[in-house]
Amino acid sequence: MIPLSWYLVLGAALFCVGVYGVLARRNAVAILMSVELMLNAVNINLVAFWHYLTPSAVSGMTFALIVFAVAAAEAAVGLALIISIYRRRQTVVAEDVSMMKF
Amino acid sequence: MQLDPTTLTWLIPVPPLLAFFLIVLFTNRSKWLSHTVAIGLMLVSWLMSWAVLADVLGRADFGKDGTIIAGAVEWLPFGAEGVAGTEPFRMGVLVDPLTAVMLFFVPLVCLMIFLYSVGYSNFQKPADPHDKPGEPPHHGVEPLYARFFAYLSLFAFGMLLLCVADNLLLMFVGWEIMGLCSFLLIGFWYARTYENPRQITPRQAAVKAFITTRVADVVMLLGIAYLYAATGTLSFREIMYAEEGHKLMELAAMASPIAGLSAAGLIGLLLLTGTVGKSAQFPLHTWLPDAMEGPTPVSAMIHAAAMVSAGVYAMIRVYPILAATAEHGAGHGLTPPALVLAAIGAFTALFAATIAVAQNDVKKVLAYSTISQLGFMLAALGIGGYIAAAFHLMTHAFFKALLFLGSGSIIHGVEHGMHHSHEKIDPQDMRFMGGLRTKMPVTFWTFLIGGFALAGFPLVTAGFWSKDEILLDAWLHAPVVFYTLAAAALLTAFYTMRQIMMVFFGKPRTEAAAHAQESHWTMTAPLIVLAVFAVGIGWVNIPKEFPGLGALVTGLGGETFWFKNFVGGALVEKPETPPFDWVPLITSFVVALGGLGLGWWVYRSAWARADDRDPVDAGLSRLGLGAVYRLLKNKYYFDELYDWAFVRPTFWLGEKFFSDFLDRGIIDGILHGVARISLRLGLAVRDWIDIPVVNRTLSDGSGEVVKAFGREIRVIQTGRVQQYLVIAMAIMLVIGAVLIVPGLGQ
Repeated sequence: MIPLSWYLVLGAALFCVGVYGVLARRNAVAILMSVELMLNAVNINLVAFWHYLTPSAVSGMTFALIVFAVAAAEAAVGLALIISIYRRRQTVVAEDVSMMKF
Repeated sequence: MQLDPTTLTWLIPVPPLLAFFLIVLFTNRSKWLSHTVAIGLMLVSWLMSWAVLADVLGRADFGKDGTIIAGAVEWLPFGAEGVAGTEPFRMGVLVDPLTAVMLFFVPLVCLMIFLYSVGYSNFQKPADPHDKPGEPPHHGVEPLYARFFAYLSLFAFGMLLLCVADNLLLMFVGWEIMGLCSFLLIGFWYARTYENPRQITPRQAAVKAFITTRVADVVMLLGIAYLYAATGTLSFREIMYAEEGHKLMELAAMASPIAGLSAAGLIGLLLLTGTVGKSAQFPLHTWLPDAMEGPTPVSAMIHAAAMVSAGVYAMIRVYPILAATAEHGAGHGLTPPALVLAAIGAFTALFAATIAVAQNDVKKVLAYSTISQLGFMLAALGIGGYIAAAFHLMTHAFFKALLFLGSGSIIHGVEHGMHHSHEKIDPQDMRFMGGLRTKMPVTFWTFLIGGFALAGFPLVTAGFWSKDEILLDAWLHAPVVFYTLAAAALLTAFYTMRQIMMVFFGKPRTEAAAHAQESHWTMTAPLIVLAVFAVGIGWVNIPKEFPGLGALVTGLGGETFWFKNFVGGALVEKPETPPFDWVPLITSFVVALGGLGLGWWVYRSAWARADDRDPVDAGLSRLGLGAVYRLLKNKYYFDELYDWAFVRPTFWLGEKFFSDFLDRGIIDGILHGVARISLRLGLAVRDWIDIPVVNRTLSDGSGEVVKAFGREIRVIQTGRVQQYLVIAMAIMLVIGAVLIVPGLGQ
């Protein structure tokens, strides 16, 4: 039986990969993908805790499904924004889109 | 280590998936490594499939309970509450005789297509600097070579998953993976455009195929959901084959929300819609001819080994539901879904065959012939010819893959000639070919074999035996279907001969055709292998009563290896062997030879020049029926009809109704109204409260303080979103530290 902590370590590692991606990638699409990674890291924790601590209740799984749905919606909106930015400014590099400042 | 057959079955779909990830993640820069990985792992899959096959062929009385291969794991730990089954949802693999048949031909044909793709994508040639990704290569190797093999591998994974799945949901997963891959592969040359704006581009064709099949898949998913709600399980064995069909009788006796239909009938119709989309049956057939925009190995994959076969396979799989009656569990009654299936199949078979007669694109002819042949299979299934459908599915996979790969080789040859002659012609148009017999001998002979198998050339080709089987079933159960299919078979032989005459016989009609050249060995070797099977595979199901040959084959193979007994074992009630009858046999002979002969006679001296009229066109015009030919040539105007009936109304609804009326008119109108009221309110507040009270009472000092403060800290607002994230991260870490480290918070 794989101990719970392994899943948590996997989740933490995936989350850190996501954080690194969000902070270090220049491409807005890649940033969005990294955000998805972070969300899925949380999902791993949710499902792992559900499976080890409260396997009889379905709430953990349900919550993970809701996170999936939210993530999908977020990706759709985010990609639409990026496409819109690309059409106007011919770039998807996040730091080039810096008009919103003082 | 000794692998038991169940484990082996679990592993069959894995290698292509592994190949997909390996190529995408690691080897995508090396063309050589990518195709080696794809072909090597497909080879592994093939060997495993045939190992399983060898195992089951060795079992006596395979197909009965206990002698099949099945394994499952708990996938969802709870059942649906309040319905029949509260057990966990199990997923697993199943090899029964029907799966065994699929495992026989699917991996083999896939492997041949993979090998062919190496030559088709010009692996042996250097890269051409003029080629751009997303466009067909001119001289050199395909720019997106590795990606092509990755997609093909994923496609093979989807198909193999579908074959070994033991329940409808897992099958549906494979089904959808193939749907995605067909989208990616049909649109593989996504940047390709044409001078004629009315000609459909690969990108549009991909979207069209995806959306059309999606419409059907949603309906199919409804059917799966209904089935699960009604029975609490989706496992093939539990629903269809266990307990002498008790579940089926319950389903057939259960009333559905639609009057006059039992639950089994409604589920059958819903599932059938999925197949109508996937196997491109009327009225959802329009996507398949346009899918020819993809590279030719893709066409072979979609039209022979995988996707369209999957539709027929799914129908054969769920046939017990379609034919379930309350009295007989897996009865053979003509239930409403079975009738619909037979009607759609027979109609499509004839309908598509008539269109194929008037097409000039070498691949479009094959596309319509595929639609027509799938119609044959579904019609056979609808009238109870379970085995005939499975048999034709298998033989068709071989000879249609052969024909598609052959057509790719022809196109390659003509393109080679085009570079030589610098002509601007459509390399797929058969009017510009002719006389390729001597230029491309291997392609010619294999194409001839494939074409004769498609036409059902008597005795030697596989297509004859499977088509004869279907006609026999139709003759015994539904004479109307028999006459329709016989007419379709006649047309099939006719247009096949027309194609062979136009491409290979006569004199070359263009310089390009005169300079065509035989393709690379990686392309011709698969052709030869498939040609061998296109002939030989028919021998496994020669009727025992057939004069001479039947006794010979039965004597050689024995009863167990006889296809009919083998596949029939998958059903609870073994279908009785139809009595031998001379009428369908003679009909098969007559339509095949008659169609081929007629094709040869009509086209023996036609097309002296590329701009000649088609003899059929000329003949019909002379009879005053030129409109009929135009109707066929334009595919009965179905594309235009759908454009008018669905595409344009959707655009209209989107632009005029939702965007202009609802969004800009009503919703924006409400917003503007609210804004105007707010504005008025705001002005009043300003005039009566803000200016007199706030501004004049409180001094501007507080504002000045904030302004100064803001001037100091505005440097952190850089507009760069990632810097904000770094700050947010830092704050989160500090808060986290305060919460977690004891003593810090107090």
